[in-house]
Order: sequence, then structure tokens, then C-alpha cells
Amino acid sequence: MEWYSIDTWIVVVGILAAVACALLGNFLVLRKMSMMGDAISHAVLPGLAIAFLITGARSSLTMFIGAAVVGILTAIFTQWVSRFGKVDEGASMGIVFTTLFALGLLLIVQAADHVDLDASCVLYGAIELTPLDVVWRPQLFGYNLDVPRAALVLAPVCVVNLLFVILFFKELRISSFDSELATTMGIHANVMHYLLMTLVAITTVAAFEAVGSIIVIAMLIVPPAAAHLLTDRLDLMVLISVVLAILAAILGHVTAILLPGWLGLDPRVVDATSTSGMMAVMAGLIFAVVLLCAPRHGMLVKMFRRLEPVTPAESGG
Amino acid sequence: MIDVLLLRNYNTRLVVICTMLLGCACGLMGGFLLLRKRSLMGDTLSHATLPGVCVAFFVGVLLGGQGKSLPLLLLGATVSGVLGCATVLFIRNNSRIKDDAAMGIVLSVYFGAGVALLTMVTKMPDGAAAGLESFIYGKTASMVLSDFWLLTVVTLCVLGLSAVLFKEFRLLCFDEVYASAQGWPVRLLDGLLLALVTAVTVAGLQAVGLILIIAFLITPAAAARFWTDRLDRMLLLSVVIGGASGWLGASVSALVPNLPAGALIVLVAASCFLLSMLCGTQRGVLVRLMRQLRLKRSIGRQHLLRALYEILEADGERGDGISIRPVAFRQVRGRRTWSDQQLRRCLRLAYNDGLIDAVSKEDGIILTEAGLEAAAQVTRNHRLWELYLIEYADVATSRVDRDADAVEHVLGEKLVALLEAKLVKLSSADALEVPASPHPITPGD
Repeated sequence: MEWYSIDTWIVVVGILAAVACALLGNFLVLRKMSMMGDAISHAVLPGLAIAFLITGARSSLTMFIGAAVVGILTAIFTQWVSRFGKVDEGASMGIVFTTLFALGLLLIVQAADHVDLDASCVLYGAIELTPLDVVWRPQLFGYNLDVPRAALVLAPVCVVNLLFVILFFKELRISSFDSELATTMGIHANVMHYLLMTLVAITTVAAFEAVGSIIVIAMLIVPPAAAHLLTDRLDLMVLISVVLAILAAILGHVTAILLPGWLGLDPRVVDATSTSGMMAVMAGLIFAVVLLCAPRHGMLVKMFRRLEPVTPAESGG
Repeated sequence: MIDVLLLRNYNTRLVVICTMLLGCACGLMGGFLLLRKRSLMGDTLSHATLPGVCVAFFVGVLLGGQGKSLPLLLLGATVSGVLGCATVLFIRNNSRIKDDAAMGIVLSVYFGAGVALLTMVTKMPDGAAAGLESFIYGKTASMVLSDFWLLTVVTLCVLGLSAVLFKEFRLLCFDEVYASAQGWPVRLLDGLLLALVTAVTVAGLQAVGLILIIAFLITPAAAARFWTDRLDRMLLLSVVIGGASGWLGASVSALVPNLPAGALIVLVAASCFLLSMLCGTQRGVLVRLMRQLRLKRSIGRQHLLRALYEILEADGERGDGISIRPVAFRQVRGRRTWSDQQLRRCLRLAYNDGLIDAVSKEDGIILTEAGLEAAAQVTRNHRLWELYLIEYADVATSRVDRDADAVEHVLGEKLVALLEAKLVKLSSADALEVPASPHPITPGD
């Protein structure tokens, strides 16, 4: 396997995206809103289309703002439909994002006669291409660092998410587990909810614009779910999910390079497969291992516990 | 236009009928999914088919074919979809991970694996895999006759099996634990239900595409839910809404150029949902608001009547029984924590109902005969409930007023009769009299 500085940058960008998502994902998983990332990454289409129709150019900043606004709206509409209509949260998410996507599609078709704007080319960034888009070349200890744009976008998102989780940890914890208790304690559970959703929307849009939507959807759910099986403490869960996300990002890129060889494909023709796809697969593999071997909630432990004869002392205690 | 509505054009006819069929089948399955709180299963499933499609293509190439044979790809998609469902069930049944996270895990990991495989497939030398991904982002306007037959068979299977297993599926949706305690093979039924969903998803996916399938599996069912609380009616309505959105969306798309059918159908279904959410007769927003308003009014009226009755009763204790006399506004106002405005609104409503005479500054509030009767009834209910709470729920006499207040407004006639029967046994007092208050009533003024 040959490793270039490009590969390092891909892994760094992947880690930044994975950590940013995993940090927030913990609270989505606990609130049973895991599919929010998926919903937002589909729903932003009209935001992109409107931003394009207004400015008439594919400027990434206006597109980003358009997408982020619609992302936040997705969360708000979902909340409205599920609260006022008393509809199950998953269903309201599905209704909102399919409707927004359809609206976006209509807008794009109306504009597409004279522009090159199509759903797949604006929606999905590719992590393999991120190191080619270099915007900043600082000198560090005599090395030339070619910092890609994606890293510059994702690093602040990551830091903001980290600060949010650290500063509002108590509020997030209480409102995630018991929003009524949170209200009686003077915490605005609603405000926390919308704040969280706003960050999820911004993170989702920033990350999928940079590295593709699969990483976002996977990293929002899989590392936190695995961490949930490993510990009963929320602070540890957040920490573990971040570690697992980093692990999945690194393993993902390595296996993306190695996999074609393992499958016996000619490395000169098929040099590597999709890094974002493999990052999701590696996260899934980590989850599978955890599901089997977790110390308290793992399947093996549960099985052994069932097989073990119960001693009187244990059953009495 | 008439050509379109009468389906004279062959291609239009095909598209419209296919989307209608799919709308019906999805509407039915969506109803079950909604009640199982698994609406996003369609989303998960349709993403989870991608690795199967790629593997099927690999196998096709290895077998010497050109790889893109529809039956083989469909088989691959089905196998991978079934595996995805099995994984969701496995995670859910063997860990504390909830449905939503399990679906998200399967969606992202399977789709990731699919993308990884697809990337390799498209890099393969002969380039035969070009456009393979369009398999799951199908185009509604380009359906062929084989799609029609596939969809017909699948729809008939789904309708037939759901009719045969209706009772079982209903039990599964409403009380899974009870069903398994009764000895039903719950996991088998659950798996069967998801297998049907998979069949619909896979059949529809390459015909109409991912987003439309997801919307079809959620929106009609969620819209139907607002109109009824009965499963059979809800499913029927969901089927109708699904079919109608398919028909309307596809027809309009054929009439007006440059409007993609898939997006239009989604929007038609979403409009149905919005309309149902507002106007649904069972759980619609307006109906619920009206119900709340009505309850609030009736509570206000009951508070007013009881306050008046208790004031008059206090007079009666001084000697001359209960008789109608004017009660000062100020006196009533002091009995509860209500604002002038609230009290005035209550008085206006009571006047409209003929319970009190017109209120004037000099005379105060005067109950009518009907009003006095209603007031006695209300007070009696309150006291009965208080006595019941003291006797059977061991509520302290000093705080029983509050507790009774929380419940009495929703007492049904049956419950009142039951309470009467109990309390007649308890005290020998005549059940039709208003019993004396069990606690001292503080005068309000």
C-alpha cells in the first residue's frame, strides 16, 4: 500500500467530519431521532435550488446558506408536524423531507434548461477529491502544508460542536432523558432541542457538501449507537463515540485502498474504492463487534449469563 | 387533456396505472409500518438494496453475461433488502438499540457498502456498469410493460396476504407483547410483514425511484390516520389516498410539460396529508382544537354554576332553604382564581345557554330555574366525587376539593350512576339530594 500526503489529508478530513457528527449523534440516538441526518441531507435540495435561482451562480457560500436554512426548517417542520398533528416522529420526518425534496426537484427542473445544476452533482461531495481543493498553504517546521478547503470548513464546525456539548452538557443530558424534568428545573427543553437541531443541520450540510452524505448519516448514528452499548454514562458515551468515529475514519480509508486487492481485482485498473463508503462499512463492522462483545450489553455476555446457573446468593441479592 | 384522463396514450396509460398500483400497495403497507412506528423502513430498505444490486452485477459478469439483466438485479436487490430487514430486527431484538437507530445503522452501512462496491464496479474495464446506480433512482416517465406485470403481481400478493393475515397483523401492530403471550409467532409475522414491504419497495424502486417510494410508504398512511381510529378503515383510506395521488400526479405530469411525475406525486400526497392534518375528523388539528375549546367552556360553566350554588347554599344554611336571589359579581369573582375577563366570558356563555338572566350592575347575577337545576346537578357530582375520593382513595378531607376538581368535568353519566350506587350504600341519604359538602366552604368575599 502506498501512502501519500493526499491520503493523510483525506483521513484528517474524514476524522473531522466523523467527530463533528458523532458528537451530536449521541443526543439524536438518545432522542430517537437518529434519521435526522438522512432527512436533512435529502431535504436541502430546495435550499440549493433557491440559492442558485436567486444568485444565478454556483457560489458555494450562498448554496451553503440556502442548504443550512432549509436544513433547520426541516427540523422545525418535523417538530411541528409531530407535535400539532400528533404524528410519530419518524413519519413526520419522512413526510417533510420527501416533500422538500420533491419541491427542490421541481425547482431544479424548471431552471435546468439553461443551467448545469443537477441533484447529484451539488448534493454529494467526494472525500477523495477534497485534498485537490487547496486554499491555504502555511509553513510549519519547514514543511509545506496544503490545507484543503474541506478541513478549513469542518474544523470550526467540529470545535463549535465540541464546545456546545461541553458547555451545555448538563442541559443536554437532562433534556434528552426527561424533557419534562428539564422544564421544571428551569431548562428550556425546547430551546435546547432547536439549538441541537440547528447544529445538526449545519454540521450535516457542511459535512456532506465536503465529504458526501454517507459519512454524515453513518457517523451520526453508528458510533454513538456502539458507544451506547459500551457504557451507561453519557459523558463516557460521548467520549467513546468520538474514539470509535476516529477509528472508523482511519480504517475506512485504509480498507478503501486495500479492498480491491483483497477481492483480486487488478490494482492498475481498480486502484481504490470509495473512502466514504468504506468508512460507513468500518463503522458498521465496529458496531457489529461491539454488539457481540460489549461487556454488559453485548450478546455474548447476555448469552453466558443465561447459561450460567444462578447461585442462591445472586438471586437473593 | 381528455386523452390523458381517458388514458388513450399508451405510455401515459402505463405510467398512470403503474403508479396507481404502487400507490395502493404502498398505502397498505405504510399503514402497518406507521402503527409499528417504522415509517422510515422504506427509506432504510431502498438504500439497503444497493449492495445487492452491485453483487448481482458482479455475479452476472462472472457468469459470463453482461451483468445488467433485470431479473438478476431485482433478485440481488431483494436479497439485500431482506438481509437489511433481518439486520434491523436482529439489532432491535438483541440489544437495547431502538428501532430508529437500528434502521439508521442498516441504512448507512449497507448504503456505504453499496457505494464501495459500485465504485469498484464502475472502475472495471468494460464500463458495462455505467448507469447502474440509476437502477435505484428510477424515472417514473420511462416505464415498460414488464414493470406493469411486476407491479400487478406484487400488489395482488400484498393485498391478498394482508387480507388473509389481517387479524394477525392488527394484533402485531397494537399489542406485540400480548400477541406473543397468546402464542402467536410474533417474530415470524414481523418478518413476513417486512418481507411484503421489501417486495413492494424493490418492485417500485426501479420503476419510480427512491424518494417516491419513501413518500408513498409514509404519507398516505399518515394522512389516513387523521380520519379514523379503526384499522380497517384507515388502511382502506390509505390505499385510496395512495392510489389517487399516483393517478393525479402522473396525469398532471403527462398534461403539463417539464413537471417530473415522481415529484408531483409526492407533492399531491403531501397536500392530502396537510389537508387531513387540518381537517381530519378524528385527530385533525381543527377538530382537536374544537374539542379542547368545548371542554374548556363546559369546565368554565360548571365552575360558575357550582360557585353560584355554593353561595346560595350558604344563605340557605342561615335558614330559608335554597332560593334564587341575585349574587354580586364580586362575590362570585372571589370564589375562584379567575380574571374578570374569564368570568365575564363564562357569564356570557351561561346567559346564551339560558342558565342565568341578563347580568346587570345593580342586580348582579341571577340564576334561572333551569340554571339552578343544572347548578344542583353539577354541585352534586362534585360532592359525590369528593365523597368517593375520601372513602375509597383515602384522600384527606382538606384537599379533596382540588382533587375532585381535576376529574369531575369528565365524569360520564355511567360513572355518576356507579358513584351514586356506591354512596347510597355508604350513607343512607337520599341519592337524589345534593349531599352536604364534606369540608367547610370558604366564602369568597
